[in-house]
Amino acid sequence: MIRTVAIVLAALALCACSGFQTMLDPAGDQARDIDVVWKTMLVVCGVMYVLVLGFLAWALWRARGAGRLAPDPITGETPADPQLRRSLTGWTALIAAGLVVLTTVSFLVDRSLAEAGPGPLKIKVTGNQWWWLIEYEGDLPSENVLTANELHLPAGRPAVIELRANDVIHSFWVPNLSGKEDLIPGRINYIAVTPRRIGDFRGQCAEFCGLQHAKMAFDVRVDTQKDFEAWMRRQTTSAANPTDARAVTGKQVFNSKACVMCHRIQGTDAGGTTGPDLTHLKSRRHIAAGTLPNDRGSLQAWIADPQGIKPGTKMPRVPLSADELNAVVAYLETLK
Amino acid sequence: MGQPRAMALGTTALVLALALGGCNREHRALQPKPAAETGPKGLTLTQLHAGQAAPMPSDPRAKEYAGNAQHIANGQTYYMWFNCVGCHFNGGGGIGPPLMDAEWRYGGEMEQIYASIVQGRPNGMPAFKDKIPEAQVWEIAAYVKSLSGDVDRLAAPSRPEAMRATGPINNQNRQEPQKGDPAAATSGTTR
Repeated sequence: MIRTVAIVLAALALCACSGFQTMLDPAGDQARDIDVVWKTMLVVCGVMYVLVLGFLAWALWRARGAGRLAPDPITGETPADPQLRRSLTGWTALIAAGLVVLTTVSFLVDRSLAEAGPGPLKIKVTGNQWWWLIEYEGDLPSENVLTANELHLPAGRPAVIELRANDVIHSFWVPNLSGKEDLIPGRINYIAVTPRRIGDFRGQCAEFCGLQHAKMAFDVRVDTQKDFEAWMRRQTTSAANPTDARAVTGKQVFNSKACVMCHRIQGTDAGGTTGPDLTHLKSRRHIAAGTLPNDRGSLQAWIADPQGIKPGTKMPRVPLSADELNAVVAYLETLK
Repeated sequence: MGQPRAMALGTTALVLALALGGCNREHRALQPKPAAETGPKGLTLTQLHAGQAAPMPSDPRAKEYAGNAQHIANGQTYYMWFNCVGCHFNGGGGIGPPLMDAEWRYGGEMEQIYASIVQGRPNGMPAFKDKIPEAQVWEIAAYVKSLSGDVDRLAAPSRPEAMRATGPINNQNRQEPQKGDPAAATSGTTR
């Protein structure tokens, strides 16, 4: 019975080895390098651990006959001493070799993490309590892209991400792509990522930043260069005017209530910058920084009671009637 | 175990238990109560009306919001976000009048500041009714009131929620609100 449970648990633990948010399944150059350090450390430290415990067991076993080894009356040496000296020398050499391997690997990987590679894509990520502002710098100002909580990257092209924070310290971490880098108010940090595998991943704030730190995540989509460019073009377009009657009402409600004070919808009067940009809200997979799936029910729940879903979030509950709420959600659903 | 040692241990335990009481500095109300969705009604702005001057309606939430560090700190955040800072600057005034002095044209009580934000005031102050949810107006009012140091010292936060050009709120010099203004004089202040 106990054996069955142990086997099942071990099998379940293996599930953690692959997935959209794990450093054990690298999908980019930097994560692969970090994986090398991790595996080297595992091997070096594992071998040392086994050796130490092995020698300890051997010493305990040998100690049973220690009484017979009387020291030489003149030199004070026991018959075991020369052997002990030899093994201590070997032991010291082993430790030195292990440390040299660890230091070398960690130094080389550290250097490679600092190198971005040629022609990097420039992205600006700003941490806020508790969401991510993501800006892409185009060749022209009209090609700049402003979005939130969803990072798109082309596979194979290095990207340099400029990290800023508006309030407290956050930390940018996409385990499948790279290590962590802090976002610090008042200074700019950089992290380089070179994704290699197409897929969906997840990033998470890795520095405690207040009540909703755990619900400050973002989606990462690694695309082919062509798909990425198509996405960029879609993101630069303005929001289409709603045609459905309810959505038209929703736009009016949005622009006459508190929504408009914080959120921006490109192509309309809504130009607030303190909340996430909503121009292409429905193109994103999640809302509220990876907290809820992006569907009608979640949108309604979130707008009706943000504090119930993310207690402490900076989005206040805006008093709306049921009709107004339905209309606003209908409008938001047109923002594709 | 000797008697004095037991006494000492008991006293230490008692002191530690009492110290635990200090952990709960304030209650953080993240969700405004449903009652908070109505503003103070019938506020008087002028002396000119028939009969006796109407007393200023007092709102129980004024005390709640003005006496809570989280609300005051949130007020500072919203003061920036809703662009109060655009006209009043960091309290020193510019396009709009200064808020860090003791002169209150339309009254310096929480209810009066609330009404000024919600209703707007002549010569440029827009009405923010429906543009700022009421709980957030109360928070901004609590922060605006604190700008002249007119704030509960125990509630005033010692640090802002983000990087700001202004000093800590609990470090402001307290200035008595001036009563020379007609609206403030008739507003039923109990000072």
